[in-house]
Amino acid sequence: MRLTLHVWRQSNARDKGGFKTYELEDVNTHMSFLEMLDVLNQDLIGRGEDPVAFDHDCREGICGSCGFVINGVAHGDQPGSTVCQLHMRHFSDGDEVTIEPWRAKAFPVVRDLVVDRSAFDRILTAGGFITVRTGSAPDANAIPIATETLEHAMDFAECIGCGACVASCPNSAAMLFVGAKIAHLGILPQGQSERHQRALAMVEAMENEAFGACTNFRACEAVCPKEISIAGIARMNKDYRKALFSGVGFSSGKKRKR
Amino acid sequence: MKLDARIPSGPLAEKWMNLRDHLKLVSPANKRKRSIIVVGTGLAGGAAAASLGELGYRVKAFCYQDSARRAHSIAAQGGINASKNYQNDGDSDFRLFYDTVKGGDFRSREANVYRLAEVSGAIIDQCVAQGIPFAREYGGYLANRSFGGAQVSRTFYARGQTGQQLLLGAYSALNAQVAAGTVEVHPRTEMLDLVVIDGRARGIVTRDMVDGSLECHVADAVLLCTGGYSNVYFLSTNAKGCNVTAAWRAHRRGAGFANPCYTQIHPTCIPQSGEYQSKLTLMSESLRNDGRVWVPLKGGDERAPGDIPEAERDYYLERLYPAFGNLAPRDISSRAAKRACDEGRGVGPGKRGVYLDFEESIGRLGEDVIRTRYGNLFDMYERITGENPYKVPMRIYPAPHYSMGGLWVDYYLMSTIPGLFVLGEANFSDHGANRLGASALMQGLADGYFVAPYTLGEYLAGAKLDEVDTSHESCRQTVNEVNERTAKLLAVKGSRSVDSFHRELGLLMLDRCGMSRTADGLTDAIAKIRDLREAYWNDVTVPGEGAEFNQELEKAGRVADHFELAELMCRDALEREESCGGHFREEYQTDEGEALRNDDDFCHVTVWEYNGADKVPTAHREPLEFETVQLAQRSYK
Repeated sequence: MRLTLHVWRQSNARDKGGFKTYELEDVNTHMSFLEMLDVLNQDLIGRGEDPVAFDHDCREGICGSCGFVINGVAHGDQPGSTVCQLHMRHFSDGDEVTIEPWRAKAFPVVRDLVVDRSAFDRILTAGGFITVRTGSAPDANAIPIATETLEHAMDFAECIGCGACVASCPNSAAMLFVGAKIAHLGILPQGQSERHQRALAMVEAMENEAFGACTNFRACEAVCPKEISIAGIARMNKDYRKALFSGVGFSSGKKRKR
Repeated sequence: MKLDARIPSGPLAEKWMNLRDHLKLVSPANKRKRSIIVVGTGLAGGAAAASLGELGYRVKAFCYQDSARRAHSIAAQGGINASKNYQNDGDSDFRLFYDTVKGGDFRSREANVYRLAEVSGAIIDQCVAQGIPFAREYGGYLANRSFGGAQVSRTFYARGQTGQQLLLGAYSALNAQVAAGTVEVHPRTEMLDLVVIDGRARGIVTRDMVDGSLECHVADAVLLCTGGYSNVYFLSTNAKGCNVTAAWRAHRRGAGFANPCYTQIHPTCIPQSGEYQSKLTLMSESLRNDGRVWVPLKGGDERAPGDIPEAERDYYLERLYPAFGNLAPRDISSRAAKRACDEGRGVGPGKRGVYLDFEESIGRLGEDVIRTRYGNLFDMYERITGENPYKVPMRIYPAPHYSMGGLWVDYYLMSTIPGLFVLGEANFSDHGANRLGASALMQGLADGYFVAPYTLGEYLAGAKLDEVDTSHESCRQTVNEVNERTAKLLAVKGSRSVDSFHRELGLLMLDRCGMSRTADGLTDAIAKIRDLREAYWNDVTVPGEGAEFNQELEKAGRVADHFELAELMCRDALEREESCGGHFREEYQTDEGEALRNDDDFCHVTVWEYNGADKVPTAHREPLEFETVQLAQRSYK
């Protein structure tokens, strides 16, 4: 099949960038979307042009490296999947395909389709963990956990940190990502000691980055490759509120922005 | 090159505790003065960096990904072994140890493997405390599943994404240390060389992958946790970025490379579908708990799988290995699949595939149970192939997956360069000639959480380490060498892309140094690899510049190292005139076509010393002494 690609090209963070159009012949329907880009890049290298830069690694939908917007939809139009798992059989001969990076102030473009998602790491560093020294854990079976509780936590733990939620949100909010971690750890019995302190610290860290706030569009949930529910955002708000008003949590010391 | 494995004396089960009782310690006040470099943030690196930070060391961790959370450990699906015996089915440290040694075809170091089994339980405890949602039974206690090469159920799992959950656990521990100020993480930063000063590893040279700048980092010790080298085959289940560069650069600086020919070709991967293919996708071995592997009884059978009656199917694993059936170890299952396809009984396009069929288990347990156990794997299969595995059997074929070989380390996990430690898949020590399923996660975390934090102290407390900084002559010289090499790659400006060379190398390696090897094939491959390497340095084209974000340049450096490694793998495979585990030399097989070991001449580790890219390396040997295990013909019948 034949495709016309409109690809965002931007040589570095300072460059203004713009779309460039490429025609691709003989695209095999069994290819993955990234393999299609590999083929395009081989063509470009052959012609002495710079290949399109894009993040990718495992190509199995789990590392969270890949991700860009295809025809206006983060990770493309296949529910519950990353770009690397999208195959060309979902496209038709003659299709025009627009490919652009995540658009969010908190995710500056590094090059072409590659963005800087280090804001996510900074939020998790603020409190996305259970403090337990190596070697100090009790026997793994010491605390029984009901399967429903466990499965509920796992539904949130699956987040791959790709950033599609931010890219799809009209406010560029990171709340699905933050809520997923707060929910994962806050649902489990092991996560209770730091539950409210964690919510406080992570929300503060999130507000210190250039993310917006949630206004319930639910676009994040719709594109999430792991289909994480916005119920995580509700849990985040609840835990954060409780931490603020009960005084059980203590702030990381940074002043919150108002 | 001197090889002293430094295995502690005493009975096998007491070695590690005895050693721990007597290891030198670094006082808390002195730990703050010691700096450690950790390269790689997968299970081994993430766990080590976090644990060393907790102890109070000053740690710098590096990864090529944009976040420490994305290392390829994340893609492990099936599970992690531990000898908890929660199932009351007779498991013990000894049994896990024995299964692992036998699974590795008696080519691993007894003492290391026993320690691995010994600390396996503590890993599960640690992970659960971190909030890892391992599967549980209805009473709320932990569940287990079975994996290949074992007759007990000892594998802990989190849906089909155990590696992801374990890595996110290690990453969260790492983040806690970043918050505490003990660990500094450098993402998108690739190690391109090792700095050796006065015979000791004292630093690394890195390239900032965003702006291309080179930098030298010095420390009191360097830990390589950089994974395996299966990407030498181009098509593998490894992530696209996985590479041997850090290990290979260390090898060039004097670290011995052990058993490079021991590679694992994993039996259950989705078959290749076309020439453009960039990587292969693994389907977890856990699927073999409920899936049955078969091919048509007769070659050339073109019927749809559902139209082939039971009597005309060959469930060859169940037939050949009745005691283990579909859970035969990986090397054996892979070879059996290859043999069935070589006989013309393969299925699917290209006829390089066998069926993995769930019809019987869906009939017995219902589709819902199968969906709970493997839902995400079934979905992944359907997305890639466009076929619904609940209705038609999966098609699978072996693919390069793991490297048992790696940098040589002693019992302390230290390489032949003092101060250079190697953890996880990057070292060679625990899996012998074949790794059993669910053991890689166990080893990575064992090394990172429970071994290196102890043994590193012994080195730091005992070594006289002068203060060095990045203005040291060796630092400047190493940076210059890296700079020159990068410039050289950019200057070739030939006609072929990096990928085209890598593909050619990969095909050659898969054919000559893959699931079966011969002396003629390997000899020929060495000559071809040398020619191809020369062609590479004369005809590769790397667009762009060094001082920018340049993914082709990253690949170009890695592929250059893969060429040198490929030659060493073939040389090692040629020298090892026996078959063991994943290393199958056609000349050495039993009448039934199984691997035929030669314990008289090859019960050793081959450790290669680098003599220059165009020179023949020197082979050294570490004899494998089995004090506890009786060497036996490995049987799963």
